[in-house]
Amino acid sequence: MYPRSFHYHRAGSLKEAVSMLGQLGEGAKFLAGGQSLIPLLKLRFANPEHLVDLNFVPSTSFIKEDSEALRFGAMTRHAEIEHCALARKIPVLHDCAAGIADVQVRNRGTIGGSLAEADPSGDWANALITLETTVHCLRSDGARTIPLKDFINDAYTTALAHNELVTEVEVKIPPKGSGGAYVAFKRSAPVYPSASAAVQLIMADDICQNAAIALGCVGLTAIRASEAEAALRGRSLDDKTISTAAEAARAAADPQPDMRGSADYKRQLVVALVKRAIQIAARRARGEQFEGTHLYA
Amino acid sequence: MPEGIPAMPPLKSIAVNVNISVNGKAYAREVEPRMLLVEFLREACDLTGTHVGCDTTYCGACTVLMNGLAVKSCTMFAVQADGSEIITVEGLEKDGKLHPIQQAFGDSYGLQCGYCTPGLMLSAHQLLSENLEPSEKEIRKAIAGNTCRCTGYMNIFKAVELAGRNMKGA
Repeated sequence: MYPRSFHYHRAGSLKEAVSMLGQLGEGAKFLAGGQSLIPLLKLRFANPEHLVDLNFVPSTSFIKEDSEALRFGAMTRHAEIEHCALARKIPVLHDCAAGIADVQVRNRGTIGGSLAEADPSGDWANALITLETTVHCLRSDGARTIPLKDFINDAYTTALAHNELVTEVEVKIPPKGSGGAYVAFKRSAPVYPSASAAVQLIMADDICQNAAIALGCVGLTAIRASEAEAALRGRSLDDKTISTAAEAARAAADPQPDMRGSADYKRQLVVALVKRAIQIAARRARGEQFEGTHLYA
Repeated sequence: MPEGIPAMPPLKSIAVNVNISVNGKAYAREVEPRMLLVEFLREACDLTGTHVGCDTTYCGACTVLMNGLAVKSCTMFAVQADGSEIITVEGLEKDGKLHPIQQAFGDSYGLQCGYCTPGLMLSAHQLLSENLEPSEKEIRKAIAGNTCRCTGYMNIFKAVELAGRNMKGA
């Protein structure tokens, strides 16, 4: 399948990319990893007249530790995060990166592109919303930083201006006693998850001090399940407490029935995924190692 | 034109020059920007071993190596591979001798119709270039982006294991 014809422009720097997009106008789009955009172009759901390719811009793919935060260049591929020992400092990031689609897609897709695309079924936004995440952006009149919770406004809709791009994603390293997990259920590897759950806990003496729980693919954006979080705070995480939180997450989910399942099925899936994510997060908070959080049908 | 789809004015895009190394040979071509890498390989280079399966980033039949990493060539434009090194199934054989991965797929009956095989062998290639003794779980993860509708995968797992053993011994 061929996309509609477009003019191709190769940016040499991020500054040049934003100025190109400004000059080319509304018919222009940035091309990052292309694993969401190119399928949309081939189906002609998107028909830009110009593509500004970011793949040849140097120094946009990096993972750095810097004053209690991890910083990811916008063009860092999912596979680079998956294989990076530094990214394992925040286990939820490794979980997410290692489970996105398949090897081939992870070799191309980027963290910045995933956030800027804001697909309701995307993985990164849901995993990162449980952490203190800041999105660094650039447009021709300067740079700005936007907390992730204010960055994604709706399905496929972000705070980015048309001629603005993501340069970096900054994630604060959680305090001591923290544990997190990202669990997604997929019908097969290459597809988007049917539902996903991200959990980030802070534990002290087996009591939950703070909790962040987010649900993916069951709303127009990732959903913070605040009542589920409240159900964990100040408690030891026994089965009853975890069940109460998972039921609260079921109520927070707002899924659409589609080819991946009915709304009731997805709510049931949310209950199971949240339970599992809380259990893994609690084990990791105790210092246990746990691998393999993505589930396939 | 079906209702609801706005008519798009035709756009004649400016062709771009690309220089791509495919299986060690340089291919300099002028291409439309919208030409997919898989079409470039099949039509501009006449290398038809790379297959188009689903054409929707699902099945992995179009998998090739770009600078050593497996990519779905239906989900990249040829212009994005400018300056890079591509390996297709045609590049596996050396001096008339099958690559150990090709040999192992044959020896283990790791194929039936063969349509998915070029892509599977290149996904296996990335895995084995990092790890010659992958566990079954690692093999499953490495080829999860390649769909085979004939074999049920068991002989493919055996083929990848065997290829790793033979490459280690070599």
